[in-house]
Amino acid sequence: MALSGLEIYKLLPKTNCKECGFPTCLAFAMKLAQKQAELSACPYVSEQAKEALAAAAAPPIRLVTIGEGEHKVEVGNETVLFRHEKTFYHPPGIFLRLKDTDDVAARAGPALAYSVERVGMTLDLNGVAVENASGSPETFAACVQKVRSLSSKPLILMSNDVKALRTALAVEGGKRPLLYAATPENWEAMAALAKETGLPLAIRDGDLDGLAALTEKLKAAGVEDLVLDPGRRDLLETLHVLTHLRRLALRKNFRPLGYPVITFPGEGASDPLDEMVVAAEHVAKYAGLIVLDHFSPSLLYPLLTLRLNLYTDPQKPIQVSPGLYEIGSPGDKSPLLVTTNFSLTYFTVAGEVEGSGVPSWLLIADSEGMSVLTAWAAGKFDAEKIAKTVKEYDAASRLAHRKLVIPGYVSSLLGELEDELPGWEILVGPREAVDLPNYLKNVWRP
Amino acid sequence: MPVEIPKETWTGRVLEVTLGATPSEGGTRGRTVTVGGESTLPFLHYEGTIPHRPVVAVEVLDRRPDDWSLLLQEAWGDALDDPAAWAARGVALGASLVALRLEGCHPDKDGRSPQEAARTVQNVLKAVDVPLIVLGPGQPEADNEVLVAVAEAAAGERLVLGLCEDKNYRTIVAAALAHKHLVIASSPIDVNLAKQLNILISDMGLPLERILIDPTTGALGYGLEYTYSVMERLRIAALTGDRLTQLPFICTAGFESWRQKESKVGQGVPEAWGNFRERAIAWEVATATALLMAGADILVLRHPETIQRVVRVIDRLMGQKEA
Repeated sequence: MALSGLEIYKLLPKTNCKECGFPTCLAFAMKLAQKQAELSACPYVSEQAKEALAAAAAPPIRLVTIGEGEHKVEVGNETVLFRHEKTFYHPPGIFLRLKDTDDVAARAGPALAYSVERVGMTLDLNGVAVENASGSPETFAACVQKVRSLSSKPLILMSNDVKALRTALAVEGGKRPLLYAATPENWEAMAALAKETGLPLAIRDGDLDGLAALTEKLKAAGVEDLVLDPGRRDLLETLHVLTHLRRLALRKNFRPLGYPVITFPGEGASDPLDEMVVAAEHVAKYAGLIVLDHFSPSLLYPLLTLRLNLYTDPQKPIQVSPGLYEIGSPGDKSPLLVTTNFSLTYFTVAGEVEGSGVPSWLLIADSEGMSVLTAWAAGKFDAEKIAKTVKEYDAASRLAHRKLVIPGYVSSLLGELEDELPGWEILVGPREAVDLPNYLKNVWRP
Repeated sequence: MPVEIPKETWTGRVLEVTLGATPSEGGTRGRTVTVGGESTLPFLHYEGTIPHRPVVAVEVLDRRPDDWSLLLQEAWGDALDDPAAWAARGVALGASLVALRLEGCHPDKDGRSPQEAARTVQNVLKAVDVPLIVLGPGQPEADNEVLVAVAEAAAGERLVLGLCEDKNYRTIVAAALAHKHLVIASSPIDVNLAKQLNILISDMGLPLERILIDPTTGALGYGLEYTYSVMERLRIAALTGDRLTQLPFICTAGFESWRQKESKVGQGVPEAWGNFRERAIAWEVATATALLMAGADILVLRHPETIQRVVRVIDRLMGQKEA
């Protein structure tokens, strides 16, 4: 947890020498607390103060990286319990579990090749967890090798047998897999392997006291990139334990459990759709890595969409790219509507137009992600901007008419727009999107 | 190393709102349904009480819907022509409430009279013994006429009437006051607008215990995150003692998710969207699950399979083991 200015001040020399560039040590401490100054600016600071400040600056939930290169997954380092408090930073990695007795090409092939587009983003599965179900190190390694031949995405290597893990690592390709898992029984051997290879290590214990004791032992053994499996699989128990872990880290600054959490929704589910439900809970409430047992595009797509929704920064609304959008299959006699590029505005308007059954052209102006009224008030959605957008995307070329419908909230732009767009008829549409179907069906005429 | 489980100490709780009235209470319902009363965040039973489980309402229309997904049409079949049968089947599937939407009274649809609407409500009341939510056709004038007639015809039933919005609430609230009903206060994804509408409604004399908040639901992929966060903010305000936010949430998860292309269109969509039926149901179930995590007290749902699944999810989150 970050230290306050006064707490930092107590650690400083309190000589007010001004060599740091600030008039007093207290002023410097305040700047340090606001992260607007660096401790190194003080030439007289003690080693003890340095250590205390470094420890306080460490994130309450450690950032752990799995994989390498473009596909790497970073989880942890979250700072809030609720996204509206700031934002959630690192979306949970979603993996598919494969047993080393499975047909790799059949099970992992389609899953690794899967991707889906949404609001201009490509969503996909983050990687594969390979489980040493056979108990044979050779079978395990062969399976890992086959998966590696299909993809360079991150892997989770699941075995309690250090020998099996070593055999698999020899063919894994050095792409920083997660080792799963150290337990109270095998932790020493696992710690040795993780330390030697520098790889992240998951640890499993069904009891939080035990889990905390284990992380302390591993830390003492020099392994710090840890992932926690608190061992619960039931929908309600998992919600509780993941809430405890997040609150312990953020509210209590409890370092021994300040690590990302891995979950296995399939083990608490009755069928594949139920697994998606359990995983949805984990996306909402605090998982860092989610390992699925089933791959089905119709279930992964909603899950990835949920992750995208909840990990969107609430302070930076998703913007839709400005442009001329087709809703339905509009023709040259179809209505032309203009609105702003705030994603919720776009989705609401597009949804109502789609629902009306009247194919339409929807022109999206760049309002820097603001809604209609806000953008209008801020001067980002005025007559000039609308006229410029009409011309930029050459709306006229798609139409046999010259009619533009503007949102009811900006009816005051009517006169100015007629001046900006000579030859066009400007129509004032409804204020609220919900009234668009009636407007399009009963009021608008080509 | 002993780990002390952190617990929040909340000072407020959500009001308990009871829907429906039994014969001894002036209605005809076989059972009433109480929602709300939580003194902690969703399903954190270890730090507070959650006296009433969230419940599912089956959404029923007074006419065969003309723009519903084929999947819903297949699932409900002939029941779509008979609101009473439709409602009864929803209840048999596990719904605790029926949400009857009087779409046929919309001037753009069948323009049915308020009297016809009142008869439909009576028929549904006869067919099921659970409490009823009655939603107007969604056009202010028609809403007012229809809901006034319905309120009068079902006096004493403690129906939930909706929707009250800032521009149109007086007539509906007056009808609820006169005939002992409840209302839904609907505001567009905003904490302050929600509170303001609750003030306006309670200023007319309707106690807060007879108001449900509709925060405006966004479907998965279509604004869900805004609803999710505004609900979390409202619920945290409620638990820290802000009286005007201490009302249960009603979320129209079915209406919103079945409006989207993912649930409506089976052909000509990206292959990555997968199997149409499974995706559409998953879309509604995922929307509902996320809303439960944010504090939904009543979920209005559409597909029979979603209703069954979400009821089971609530069972588990309330600590009831699978049978």
